[in-house]
Amino acid sequence: MVSKKDVQYISHLSRIYTDDQEAEALAKNLEDILTYIEKLKKLDITNVKPTSHVLPLKNVFRDDILRKSLGQQAAIKIAVESENGSFKVPQVIE
Amino acid sequence: MKLNELTAHKIISLIKEKKETAESVFLAVKQAIDAFDKRINAYAHISEKPIKSESSTKEFPVPIAIKDNICIKDYPTTCSSHILEGFRPPYNATVVDKLLESGARITGHANMDEFAFGSSTETSFFGPTRNPWNLECVPGGSSGGSAASVAAHEAIWALGSDTGGSIRQPASFCGIVGLKPTYGRVSRYGLIAFASSLDQIGPLTKDVEDSALLLNLIAGHDEMDSTSANLPVPDYTKALTGDIKNLKIGIPKEYFVEGIDPEVKEKIITAIEVLKKKGAQFKEISLPHTEYAVATYYILATAEASSNLARFDGAQYGLRCYPKDKRRTPIIDMYEETRNQGFGQEAKRRIMLGTYSLSSGYYDAYYLRAQKVRTLIKNDFDEAFKEFDAILTPTSPTTAFKLGEKASDPLSMYLSDIYTISANLAGIPALSLPCGFSNDGLPIGLQIMTKPFDEEMIFRIAHTYEQNTDWHKKKVTL
Repeated sequence: MVSKKDVQYISHLSRIYTDDQEAEALAKNLEDILTYIEKLKKLDITNVKPTSHVLPLKNVFRDDILRKSLGQQAAIKIAVESENGSFKVPQVIE
Repeated sequence: MKLNELTAHKIISLIKEKKETAESVFLAVKQAIDAFDKRINAYAHISEKPIKSESSTKEFPVPIAIKDNICIKDYPTTCSSHILEGFRPPYNATVVDKLLESGARITGHANMDEFAFGSSTETSFFGPTRNPWNLECVPGGSSGGSAASVAAHEAIWALGSDTGGSIRQPASFCGIVGLKPTYGRVSRYGLIAFASSLDQIGPLTKDVEDSALLLNLIAGHDEMDSTSANLPVPDYTKALTGDIKNLKIGIPKEYFVEGIDPEVKEKIITAIEVLKKKGAQFKEISLPHTEYAVATYYILATAEASSNLARFDGAQYGLRCYPKDKRRTPIIDMYEETRNQGFGQEAKRRIMLGTYSLSSGYYDAYYLRAQKVRTLIKNDFDEAFKEFDAILTPTSPTTAFKLGEKASDPLSMYLSDIYTISANLAGIPALSLPCGFSNDGLPIGLQIMTKPFDEEMIFRIAHTYEQNTDWHKKKVTL
């Protein structure tokens, strides 16, 4: 059973503010979806290895050669707020 | 026939023969956008002039719509979400660079479900896209704008992205061809990630030859994407031979159970008869873990999405909101308010489901279990492809549904991708092409799947079917 309190806890972990009304609707949705997902418990998965990726991926290495990057000006051009070439955000430490 | 109603391969030959110019083709497409897009809403952002490269080879000067989650330099790229309002990427996605180099002329960004979360294109911040065959119906999703733009001749071809069926299901609903290439076949660099282990960019086109041509332009290894496959790319148009003699094709019995519309079933059976006449051999097979695909997908895809979407917090780009306009506030309140106002309902639902399944105490029960079931689903396909050259199924259990019909019931919406999701979990290529119409005039799609990196086999079968039927020639009247 997913409660309103659970949703508010998850919403804080997700960094999404939800009011009481929204949390209630989401609790019902999540409950329905999780009930459907319960069907996975019917399967025997002992000795089955997890698949996180379908390709046989290996770490990609390259020579450590200096290359052109995006650059500070281009990066800062998309900032919501900026100051002295930096992204500006609300105060982090009191 | 009007210029914008032609296929890309026809347009390319007309331009080569100097019977038409790239400018006149773009103009015809632009006129269609101006005339119809207020009703269809296939575009999130329309470009008044073609976005093109002056230094291109100009070999393929074809107007193309690009899904709104694929970055175009200095052009609004928003994933049809409020949270990316105002964002203009400082770089092109690799597929965009490749298209511009080949001479393509971009018409704009196609509308989509917000962050590709949906199967109906109803969750877009810019309002829903409508199905050109029936304006009261959805075009499918999440690449609904890309599919509708091609079906309504507001683009000659389009790019979409497919995480659980987001190219194939809208292609099926809009009566066009949609291909999800093998995972790793096309670079994902510059595709705004939804679920990185499942996402793949692919073509939406008017016929199979256009699909092969467009895949030729975008496929290949890219050092900017460490998950792109370093394998040679064949010329896919060479696979359009019409020869399918003695090919072995499997029909999975699990795809013809309760829930399938009888009209869809009937059209698939008729399509099988067409291919049989051309020499293909059919046999019923079993993919025993099919019924677990949707549940597996919604655990894995939402878990990856919750992680990928953590970057949208108002700190760097897009939208920033403060609680009740208070600017002096702890940064965490800014994050929460930005994401509250910036994300729509479905995005919030998916982020929270993903966060839940990854949270302490639930990881083993949900996420790890789903990863193991993914192995079982992949094994089903590996086994099948030991014996069969391809697998044939319907693309969707139904034709396009009405706008609003499933909007308040997320689970029923999720189940509309039941036939397409497995291909993403297994990483295999899959294509949808038109195979008929329902009694009320809505298109029906046929899905062909093969083993990884065997897109040529898909094209061979799909092209043979297309050449022996007329469904792809039926045009929308607007």
